[in-house]
Amino acid sequence: MAHFTKATSVKDWLNQRLAVEKLEKVMASEYWIPKNINFLWAMGMVLVITFVLLLVSGIFLLMYYVPTTAEAFNSVNYTIMREVDFGWLWRHVHGVAASVVFLIIYIHMFTGIYYGSYKKGREMIWISGMLLFVAFSAEAFSGYMLPWGQMSYWAGMVITNLFSGGSLHADGLVEWIRGDYVPAQAFLGRFFMLHVLLIPVAILGLIGLHFGALRIPHVNNQDGEEIDFDAEAKKYLDGDKAGSKVMRFANDFMSKDMMVVGVYLVFFFYLVFYNYGFAMDPVNFDPADGLKTPTHIYPEWYFLWSYEILRPFNIDLGLILFAFAQVIFVLLPFLDRSPNAIPANRRGKAFAIWFWLMLANMIVLTAMGKLPPAGIFSQIGLVSAILFVVQWIALPFITAREKKV
Amino acid sequence: MKNKEPIILLVVIFFTLVTYYLVEPFAHSQMHKHVESEGFEYADLPAMTKTGDAAKGQELVMNAGCAGCHSIEVAGMPAPMDAVMAAGAYGVNPPDLSNAGAVFDPKFLADLIKNPAHALKVEHKYDPAAGKMHPMVAFYGMGGDIDQEVADMVAYLQSIAVKKEELTPKVAFETACGRCHAVGYEEWTQIGEKPKFKHEKDSLAFDIKVIDYQDSLMKYMGKLPPDLSMYIRSRGEHYISTFVENPQNQLHGTAMPRVGVTPHSMEKVIEYLEDAGDTKRHEREAIGKNVMIYIIIFAIFALLWKKQVWRDLH
Ligand code: HEC
Ligand code: HEC
Ligand code: HEM
Repeated sequence: MAHFTKATSVKDWLNQRLAVEKLEKVMASEYWIPKNINFLWAMGMVLVITFVLLLVSGIFLLMYYVPTTAEAFNSVNYTIMREVDFGWLWRHVHGVAASVVFLIIYIHMFTGIYYGSYKKGREMIWISGMLLFVAFSAEAFSGYMLPWGQMSYWAGMVITNLFSGGSLHADGLVEWIRGDYVPAQAFLGRFFMLHVLLIPVAILGLIGLHFGALRIPHVNNQDGEEIDFDAEAKKYLDGDKAGSKVMRFANDFMSKDMMVVGVYLVFFFYLVFYNYGFAMDPVNFDPADGLKTPTHIYPEWYFLWSYEILRPFNIDLGLILFAFAQVIFVLLPFLDRSPNAIPANRRGKAFAIWFWLMLANMIVLTAMGKLPPAGIFSQIGLVSAILFVVQWIALPFITAREKKV
Repeated sequence: MKNKEPIILLVVIFFTLVTYYLVEPFAHSQMHKHVESEGFEYADLPAMTKTGDAAKGQELVMNAGCAGCHSIEVAGMPAPMDAVMAAGAYGVNPPDLSNAGAVFDPKFLADLIKNPAHALKVEHKYDPAAGKMHPMVAFYGMGGDIDQEVADMVAYLQSIAVKKEELTPKVAFETACGRCHAVGYEEWTQIGEKPKFKHEKDSLAFDIKVIDYQDSLMKYMGKLPPDLSMYIRSRGEHYISTFVENPQNQLHGTAMPRVGVTPHSMEKVIEYLEDAGDTKRHEREAIGKNVMIYIIIFAIFALLWKKQVWRDLH
């Protein structure tokens, strides 16, 4: 058994039991961060802050939300929006944060791709990140069911229908998921449970894994430079702060994180108070009505690109490609065969084009996913969807031919 | 080492704005037909050529039988039937005319009195030749100049109505929309505001009356007009005003009549719907300003802190 002595201070008392000093060093003051990184590396912290905003606002909403098909719509639109003090504020914060979190996730992902931060020991960071993406997607979708408006109902209908597997006609599976023939009370109850308990718990666990995965490889940097962290840390601790290539996470990089968070929050609250419409679809302010199909059914903007990969094809091929799009990003560390872990623009023409084309094409897919699938839009959608698949198939070949720079 | 952050920021903002533009303004412009307001001018209706005399109008309104169907409460004329019975007879309860002169456009009223189906733009549903008459009977004149008589009646309705500045959102809504649309979040039903009952029995009896009324209305309109509680969020102000101005422009063949409100009473109706579905808008603006100030101060302090911490790092 460990030897405990009479504590000389509260800190010492805690130190003997929890090793708080050591913990503080490992996680903050001697968690070394390269200096040559830019504000894109603060997106992780921005995500943490946004997640906290979601969690806190969600807890307040949960106090008044009623998960029954008869009361859900009114509990949100009447009780929370009109009766509860500041209920409207929590709802708008929650809705806007749920949308903006995906914007930041996409920026964070493309930062990772651009700088090759999924390679050379950082594979687990990437994989845990993609698991977070999947968990956030499930969280966003289940949350969207809760107000029980027209879009909740019909998006729920369309997405759960996908599980019938096209020609497989696995209608039994769809009914099993819904607990009914159509989305109804059982469906709402299940998604409520997923949204407020199971998925948030999974997200908390995954955030822990993501951070754990970061600790050993350390974060990448904007030059893809391999840094000898021990040597540089020693330099820093010996007093050559300016000459060392690394800095402490806290307070050094954290002060920059906070600066970026400050600017981000200005943008975020501007959206909450003055431009929240994009995050709260008007159609969902009509109560769910199983007899009245809305003219246009579309998912929230962050699912549009993968929805558009499903749409242009016949149902079976569409489903296969949709499934492909869902998992392919996870495999990125293994599909990229290049020996380089440096910014995309310095890896040679082929990968630079691949990267910018992928980004642009996903924006095109996103736009086409919302537009009515007719005329020129459905043709653009078809070409973009094919291009997306072709790009991923081509990736191992073009990266294998890349020369070491 | 060159500082690349400004250019990176520009790239991020550029792609974000392009995406936003495509999925919001652009996609919506492609999905919904944009209808411009015509300023509630009702240009298809003939202009009024005569100046009305309210005193003569009062007599005409009595003789023309308006009060046989409508109540005019300010003039001491109660409804001949209760709302449920009236709906049984006409399909809908004819609105109280006390403030019709303030809510409806005069040109519209004149045309309505002479030819309801025309003014209301529901001629696709009614055809006198085939014996399908609009439930509000047209006024065929009392022997004099019909245009003068109509102008007199309009002048009378205007004389008894509240002044423009005194028109409340509630009165505007009840007169123009309330006979067809419920607004549950304001306790409004088609037969009036639901009172707070002490006994559940009375409350249920009231609900049954509402259901009876709605049954008649559904037969008359072909469908139950929707509860408008959240329409300010689901349709937005622009859509609602242009829809009310001319429902046929947006939903061709719809049973909802053109109700003929003035632009001012449309604003009041919108205000009523905002009170129902966007109740906290004033609070949002006030709090928004304070939060923005607070956050900007926070951002400035964060920036200063970063500058201080990083001084030794270069
Ligand atoms: C036979 C019964 C009847 C008579 C008589 C009658 N009305 Fe009406 N009136 C109605 C009904 C029914 C409606 C509602 C029609 C609807 O909403 O489709 C109505 C609607 C109205 C409206 C509201 C129109 C709108 O735009 O919402 C006004 C104003 C009005 N009547 C004025 C008059 C005046 C003035 C007279 C006398 C010249 C008159 N009515 C005579 C039955 C009658
Ligand atoms: C005589 C009955 C009647 C009156 C009066 C009336 N409405 Fe309607 N309204 C309807 C009916 C019926 C519908 C359903 C139309 C449809 O779906 O074709 C409707 C639909 C609507 C809609 C939904 C349109 C859509 O896109 O789904 C709005 C908004 C609306 N009314 C607003 C108003 C307002 C505001 C007023 C008063 C200024 C008003 N209505 C007066 C009968 C009426
Ligand atoms: C939504 C919840 C997420 C949170 C809270 C989160 C948080 C963080 C944090 C704090 C960092 C370190 C700082 C930084 O580099 O930005 C980080 C790094 C990283 N994250 Fe995430 N992340 C999330 C989702 C994702 C997703 C969806 C991916 C993509 C698959 C991802 C991939 C990465 C990668 C590759 C790094 C390392 C960056 C580098 O080494 O340069 N993360 N994350």
